[in-house]
Amino acid sequence: MTGLAILIPAALVLGLLGLAAFLWAMHSGQYDDLDGAAQRILIESDGEEDQ
Amino acid sequence: MSAVTSTFSVPGLHCAGCISKLEGGLARVDGVIGARVNFTKRRVAIAHAAELDDERLRDAIGRIGFPAERLLADDEGRTAPENRELGRALGIAGFAAMNIMLLSVSVWSGAEGATRDMFHWLSALIALPTVVYAGRPFYRSAWSALRHGRTNMDVPITIGVSLACAVSLYETITHGPHAYFDGAVMLLFFLLAGRFLDGVMRARAEDGVAALQRQRAPRGLVVSADGKSEWRDADELAPGMQLMGAAGEAFAADGTVVEGSSSVDRALVTGEGAPESVGPGAAVLAGTINLAAPLKIKVSAAGEATAIAGIARLMEAAGGAKSRYVRLADRAARFYAPAVHLIALLAFTGWMVAGAGVHQAVLIAVAVLIITCPCALGLAVPVAQVVAAGALMRRGILIRDGAGLERLAEADMALMDKTGTLTLGRPLLLDLGGLLPEEVLVALALARASRHPLARALATALDGGVAADVIDLEETPGLGLTATYRGVQVVLGRIDIGTGDPAESLTNHHALTTAFRLGDGPVRLIRFEDALRPGAAAAVVQLTALGLEPTIVSGDLGRRVDRLAETLGVTGFGGLTPQDKLDLIQSRQAAGRRVLMIGDGLNDGPALSAAHVSMAPSSASDVGQNSADLIFLGESLAALPIAIVAARKTMRVVRQNFAMAIGYNALAVPVAIAGLATPLVAALAMSLSSLIVVGNSLRLRSAAG
Repeated sequence: MTGLAILIPAALVLGLLGLAAFLWAMHSGQYDDLDGAAQRILIESDGEEDQ
Repeated sequence: MSAVTSTFSVPGLHCAGCISKLEGGLARVDGVIGARVNFTKRRVAIAHAAELDDERLRDAIGRIGFPAERLLADDEGRTAPENRELGRALGIAGFAAMNIMLLSVSVWSGAEGATRDMFHWLSALIALPTVVYAGRPFYRSAWSALRHGRTNMDVPITIGVSLACAVSLYETITHGPHAYFDGAVMLLFFLLAGRFLDGVMRARAEDGVAALQRQRAPRGLVVSADGKSEWRDADELAPGMQLMGAAGEAFAADGTVVEGSSSVDRALVTGEGAPESVGPGAAVLAGTINLAAPLKIKVSAAGEATAIAGIARLMEAAGGAKSRYVRLADRAARFYAPAVHLIALLAFTGWMVAGAGVHQAVLIAVAVLIITCPCALGLAVPVAQVVAAGALMRRGILIRDGAGLERLAEADMALMDKTGTLTLGRPLLLDLGGLLPEEVLVALALARASRHPLARALATALDGGVAADVIDLEETPGLGLTATYRGVQVVLGRIDIGTGDPAESLTNHHALTTAFRLGDGPVRLIRFEDALRPGAAAAVVQLTALGLEPTIVSGDLGRRVDRLAETLGVTGFGGLTPQDKLDLIQSRQAAGRRVLMIGDGLNDGPALSAAHVSMAPSSASDVGQNSADLIFLGESLAALPIAIVAARKTMRVVRQNFAMAIGYNALAVPVAIAGLATPLVAALAMSLSSLIVVGNSLRLRSAAG
């Protein structure tokens, strides 16, 4: 039972971290332009890009 | 320097190169602080100094090589906030489902006594807030259906989830062995996934349509009596005002020409294929485009009184049929929901009569509700439609929502507009009428100087040649061009400007012909045609093969429609007003037919709204695009049969999914009624049926060939 007392909170905290990361990513617009993200990797950066 | 952000719609973006070209190019413009492209929405957000106005930004984007339109700041679409809420709910339900499943697996593998109780309590702690938060979209929808005395898929979902949670909580408090928290939360997760996919599909189509639209409010340049002129919005115009119409612009109000002569393109408003010459006294309609030269018009009707406002009213009246359409999933729910509740009730009373306690009878009834919850049914329709919509989008066909796909699959009759839909809506050179090589180069020089559609078509067709040197080039709006070539007069346009003899104005009889004459040489007639879209003939043949009886309905002259109908081997009706088209559709639909309307213009608006399902090309007017269920990009009409075949395939898969989901219920319900459906069995059955339905739907990835 002592094992559970550590493992269950640990599992929940890790899960909550994942959830928080997901909600943050969604809130900050990371899912707003999925097609663009797929295309941008093809752009050769020559140092001119501003972002 | 204060910075502001402006968003522009840039429909021309299509690759990584475009993104970097536009962002890099804008970064070099003075006053621009930064630019960020949203490729999914075909938009660019520009942070720039406040001094830089929209016009200059648009020109800057134009110089980089993309036509762009300013979007209003608050233009985010209706579905975006809704989707964000669904996304959050989906994330939370997913988190909760995983953690509760972790605890449930321990219970199933033999945890007992205090350990099991603790796991149940932890599950309850995670599940209850989740169910309250993530279930809101379903409770809202179920409540609104019940309030209107109807029922939908969300009613059994709401009842099932709430009852399961209540009973599980009771079990937890009384140290019982069976808690269904995992089932309830997993159910919500699967259903939210289906709902979210549905929302994503609608948002994509909305963005696609918004990117195509020209978001400029119509304005008119009003000339007052003292000669001053100022821009006024269309709804500030009043009869009696004098309005200047520049070449290339649409008129903001109906009126009569006071000064000047030009030609007017009425295709989008009336469906007429050929531009019409207008002079003083002629009537022009709001929304038609002035082609050649500035016109001063006296407003005869403005705002709500214009002919196009009348069309808009017709559209509003016509749109009722579509909103009354009940989607397949909801039609199924009408029978499904009462049946499920009846079975659960029968199971409860059956076990009560058989002597089981209230506690056991309730547990069994809840197991029945959980097992029959329309999890696979809730995924059956959205997943199939999203996969099919993705396949169609890759072929350049945008679907506004899933209901459009369902209705398209049901269509059994196709009515098509002519100008701009079957045809490209712009003239293409047919033959040069025996022009000599030298004359060709002179004609090119003249044609290049004009904005008239026929001159442009000629210039495009002859492009690449070295134009002859001409002097004294002059354009007489409505008549044509004159110039001097090596001391000889040349004319291109209506033939009577050369001869001065109106009797010879052959070209009036056939508006898509122009005349060319070099000096006293023979008159050459250069003919154009409003060419068919590529793939039109094949599309018509395929539509016939699909049993849709294609028919042409056009506002253009009867004989032009007849000629085209004969070429394509279909029936055609010409000279139809928007009201006529609407009446035609309503009479066919009253006779039980399901009409697919394909059109582009303002004059098709009421018909597009009234039809069972409608399609428009991306070149359509804003009105056409807003009232169509599907929009196809590009010029080819091959999109029509592709979309219909894909819609029918989709509905076949949806019906298979329904059959599988119901078959699964037929197997699982007896198990549940027998009292053998433990939470483990319920969880396994639910996941398995959902996976099968999703797997079957994924076959539609190649639905659009």
